[in-house]
Amino acid sequence: MNVTFFLISLGCYLNAVFFHLLHLINRRGWAERVGNISVSLGFIFHTIAFGTRFFQAGHIPITNLHESLSFFAWIIILIYLVLDYKMKIPSLGAFILPLAFIFVLYASIVPKGIQPLIPALQSFWLGIHTVTSFAGYATFAFAFCAGIMYLIQESQLKSKKFGPLYYRLPSLEILDDLSHRIISFGFPLLTIGIITGSLWANSAWGAYWSWDPKETWALITWFIYAAVVHTRFTVGWRGKKAAYLAIIGFCFVLFTFLGVNLLLKGLHSYS
Amino acid sequence: MEIIVFGLSHKTAPIEIREKLSFTKKQASYVHKELAKTKAVKEIMLLSTCNRVEFFAVVEAVQNGMTTLKEFLTGYHHISPEILENVSYCHTQKDAVRHIFRVASSLDSMVVGEPQILGQLKDAYALANQDEAVNTLLPHLIERSFHVAKKIRNETGIGKNPVSISFAAVELAKKIFGSLEEKTVLLVGAGEMSELAAKHLLSNGVKNIYVSNRTYSRAEEMAKIFGGQVMSFSTLKENLQLMDIIITSTAAPHFVFHKEDIQRTLHKRKNSPLFFIDIAVPRNVDPAVNKCDDVYVYDIDDLEMLVNANILERQKEARYAEDLIDRYVEQFWTKMHSLHAMPTIVELTKKCEDIRRQELNKAFSKLSHLSEEDRNVINSMTTAMLKKVLHNPVYFLKKEIDSTNISHYIPIIKKLFNLDGQPEASTKNKREDKNSC
Repeated sequence: MNVTFFLISLGCYLNAVFFHLLHLINRRGWAERVGNISVSLGFIFHTIAFGTRFFQAGHIPITNLHESLSFFAWIIILIYLVLDYKMKIPSLGAFILPLAFIFVLYASIVPKGIQPLIPALQSFWLGIHTVTSFAGYATFAFAFCAGIMYLIQESQLKSKKFGPLYYRLPSLEILDDLSHRIISFGFPLLTIGIITGSLWANSAWGAYWSWDPKETWALITWFIYAAVVHTRFTVGWRGKKAAYLAIIGFCFVLFTFLGVNLLLKGLHSYS
Repeated sequence: MEIIVFGLSHKTAPIEIREKLSFTKKQASYVHKELAKTKAVKEIMLLSTCNRVEFFAVVEAVQNGMTTLKEFLTGYHHISPEILENVSYCHTQKDAVRHIFRVASSLDSMVVGEPQILGQLKDAYALANQDEAVNTLLPHLIERSFHVAKKIRNETGIGKNPVSISFAAVELAKKIFGSLEEKTVLLVGAGEMSELAAKHLLSNGVKNIYVSNRTYSRAEEMAKIFGGQVMSFSTLKENLQLMDIIITSTAAPHFVFHKEDIQRTLHKRKNSPLFFIDIAVPRNVDPAVNKCDDVYVYDIDDLEMLVNANILERQKEARYAEDLIDRYVEQFWTKMHSLHAMPTIVELTKKCEDIRRQELNKAFSKLSHLSEEDRNVINSMTTAMLKKVLHNPVYFLKKEIDSTNISHYIPIIKKLFNLDGQPEASTKNKREDKNSC
């Protein structure tokens, strides 16, 4: 049941990606409207899928790879819808939606069954720790896209070669501001995610910090984003440098989230 | 009834002829009144701008109407018909509709996408209305063209990317800074183009403007024009950190701003972006400055390149706009079927309404004891009756009549309801009926 809804949302997102990319090419208002309707529909189905799964499982469904990927994409879409409603950043959808779609697609090809909750995860920390961590990661996905868009636009303005994207992408200031603001919002979330994880680790494993690969990589990621926030205020690393940092930071996010589970073995390997 | 467009534009006639054939507002008013009197022309509107002189008309018959307009134009401006023949065009039917839509949407303009034409069209329409030269079909068409123009402007980008250097520079500033509010501009040196750019920046909301010039008095003069402050030439580099947009156009034979100055400035302003618009030749800003992060240096050639890119972009959008126009023309054409019968519908409903009023007044004068409420009930009852009686004929007129059968049905309907103002045949009977009840 929840899987059906999940697959419907996958279809909606695919449609949304198609029309947002089409809009990037032909810049027609209707293409963007169709894209946004699809994304909203997809989000509704995705939410229903999440809700029914929550109900069927009896606990928050962020306990295996499928659920994590799905929730990660869900929260990205949620932030996208809020951003689109509040500030309408041109062409953002054409960058963030394909990214979100990849996660949904990935989630659709891994085992989707509901497993009984293993004892180690039976804790009230589960919800807080996973939601804050993934919300933090999701904001970094936006900073990543804003960074790529910034670099494209910046290189056009510098080289004075005005390709089609020059007309479609927003101004540098908007992109830099988006990146800055979204990281300022996401960084505390990641911090809370790590702290709650540490508290949970203490109650579950008996130690606040045990240099498990996930913990280590999360800490590295945290340092990168701390650097992004810090250097902007102290030495004025904005624009291009901030964009590069945001892109690198997101690569670490991806490794912390997915790479660690696939390549390294540790206490966090549930998926 | 046919719609025709007759006239000439920058595409067909050189300026020497256009200026000879143009009309002032006062003259246009005269034209409206004169042509409205003729039998061949039912409705008329004249659009006269520096790029075009066009008559939009609704005529009984195309050939006859066109001859009337041609003769009027040659007669009024004393120009030989041969010359006019060579430079003018005449569009009929769908082509006429398309032409009007294209003109309104600025697809037929000298610079495609420039919006002035819509304003001029609106003025011309207001004048024609005032002169009572338009009444049924033309208002529908012209108002539709305003709507189409608005749609085209919103749905396509034909008006978006500026094609003049100074506007392009402002647009570029927006691509860097987002909003220009709270930004500070520095004008170094004088010159027509730099002043124009400064003016556009001001109208886009920049907060401060500083003016600097080797001649102090000249700087003061310019500062007055822009409501800005003077900055002495010698302190230019120390104060650079306050600026966001710098327009240079001095006659200096060497660079005024070097990479080292800029790097120092950037450090002081925490890499907040700087935008140099260097209009001077030889250039005032070392091109190496462009290599600094967060600094954008555009010289006159770069701006020219941007303008060219913008023109290409507009052309691309214009092609899409043409497709949209085709669609709107088809829509209007279908809708026009119902407009064919519009005058008859108006006459018919008006006549019935007049009768209703008359009879109602007569009845009320006899039934003086009725309260206000009773009167209202009777009033709305008669209205409803009329509406129901007329519903089918009006529906028929709107849906079934088109250019193929209009000459067949309209006379019949006019005859049936006596809409041509013949003496009323049955008045007497009616009166007798009234008396008997």
